Amino acid sequence: MSSFSTAKPLKKKFTERLKKDFKNHWQMYLLALPVIAYFFIFNYAPMFGIVMAFEKFQIKKGIFGSRFVGFENFHRFFISPFFWRLLRNTLLISIYGLLFSFPLPIIFALCLNEVRNRKFKKVVQTVSYLPYFISVVVVVSILFDFGKANGLITNIATFFGWDGGAVISSAKWFRTLYIGSNLWQHLGYNSIIFISALAAVDPTLYEAARIDGANRWQQTLHVTLPGIASTIIVLLILRLGQIMGVGYEKIILMYGPSTYETGDVIASYVYRTGILDADYSYSTAVNLFNSLVNMVVLFTANFISRKVNETSIW
Amino acid sequence: MMKRSAGEKVFAVFNTIFLLLLCVVFFLPVWHVAMGSISDPLKVAASSGLYLKPLGKPTLGGYRLIMQNSTILRAYGNTLIYVVSSTLFGLVLTILAAYVMSTRGLLFGKTFALFVVFTMIFNGGLVPTFLVVNKLGLIDTRWALIIPGAVSAYNIIIMRTSFSEIPGEMLDAARIDGADEFKILTSIILPVSKAIIAVIVLFYAVQHWNAWFNAAIYLQKSRNLYPLQLTLREIVLQATENSIIADADGQDVMIFRPLIKYATIMISIIPMMIVYPFVQKYFVTGVMIGSVKG
Repeated sequence: MSSFSTAKPLKKKFTERLKKDFKNHWQMYLLALPVIAYFFIFNYAPMFGIVMAFEKFQIKKGIFGSRFVGFENFHRFFISPFFWRLLRNTLLISIYGLLFSFPLPIIFALCLNEVRNRKFKKVVQTVSYLPYFISVVVVVSILFDFGKANGLITNIATFFGWDGGAVISSAKWFRTLYIGSNLWQHLGYNSIIFISALAAVDPTLYEAARIDGANRWQQTLHVTLPGIASTIIVLLILRLGQIMGVGYEKIILMYGPSTYETGDVIASYVYRTGILDADYSYSTAVNLFNSLVNMVVLFTANFISRKVNETSIW
Repeated sequence: MMKRSAGEKVFAVFNTIFLLLLCVVFFLPVWHVAMGSISDPLKVAASSGLYLKPLGKPTLGGYRLIMQNSTILRAYGNTLIYVVSSTLFGLVLTILAAYVMSTRGLLFGKTFALFVVFTMIFNGGLVPTFLVVNKLGLIDTRWALIIPGAVSAYNIIIMRTSFSEIPGEMLDAARIDGADEFKILTSIILPVSKAIIAVIVLFYAVQHWNAWFNAAIYLQKSRNLYPLQLTLREIVLQATENSIIADADGQDVMIFRPLIKYATIMISIIPMMIVYPFVQKYFVTGVMIGSVKG
């Protein structure tokens, strides 16, 4: 690449380019300024604040004045009696969620794809998007209504032999209700991407398959699925990157002391320790641990996919 | 069209039934709440399960009650303020960022794009963000619900993708005519980008209409600034409807109490239910643009 002899002219060239660039585009940089300021304040300043995970942070002393404690906060988390429970709950909700909420939108899109009547297809699609526009607070409110003693879901469960009372306050039901209501809310919306991928499959491929004598099922297997495979893989990688990313918003609306055993996840613990208990350093350390695991999983999944499939998100 | 085999016909029938059932499942919970909100309150209090039709004689008593309730009305007004201001603020910054990112030939163009995109991959987390907002003195002010979370990198990318499709010659011609960048943005780019602006406005507006979490952590002492979702949470999930409706009086309150949660849910979702069938195609467009570049 570059050696000492070429470094100097390059550098000079760079300052010249810089001058020219600013002369030509200063207005552009002026327009970018508010955006830079915004992201700097609300996204990058908090990233810098992660330093407090390695401190015994006190709000009066600030980031610079607080005592540095190394990995003490992380250590406290790893030996905490909650560590394994939080890790288990986070992973189980995430993995069970993935098992259902990843394939079902694909199956839904495939079913819709088989519908010949355009109007019917349109109506089904529109109805399927409805839950997406409803707030989490409302979704959880309806869940409480259905899950109370005598609510719809409790009644159905009782019919099938359940005798534990209101399902909404039962630890055994937490994951089912959480994942089920997520599925209800996002199935239609998550299928959009697959529906558009299906529409992009080359129609001449179907024709060729038909000439070869393939029936609908064989066409689905050998034309449709390979046609949307790369979309599926990319989305799967992205989902894997969120394997520890069970959000707190819905969990903290849904859970309670009676459901902590299965419902408390790392994110909700970050919220409880950080916002409710004001244990800032500890909460930040727990959150950092969570984000790092996510990133490692994302990079690993992407790496494996690139090796095996030559499909990558980068 | 070629002939369908018997097996394919059977499949088509089952497929239709399956999709119809799914539609029922998607729609039923909302219907249940709607029917609950106009049922006879005494029967609601004593009943269980699913409401397929109003119990007893339909009544609008629940709605009348919340329409007289200052807490709920104020929360509704607050939500409108937050949705409009935050969407506007976010839209302006999104347009600026997208314009800069779609311009070719900037020396720091790539750096800027990376600066924006990186916020999608990594963030400071709950507590550091909270402390920044705290440090800025936004806690217990309306600004805490308008500014933080107003700009999304995802939406910037969607808009950038759309801006990039505008022919460069159009812009270059204007530059030769001496138009400055701001003028080009407002008089050339924005007029031809109405569709994508609609998409982004909708993305932001729906997000802010449904948001509650920032309000829960940033509004600590100012209940009068609560958005509707947070008031709804108090009424339905924390069962504090007693304190919320204490300021209304009369017999109505006692009688219609069981309907309040259903009626409040309804007034929070009715605007969405009315608007979304018309705007869903914009959402689909947005998701598709996002998926290509995201």
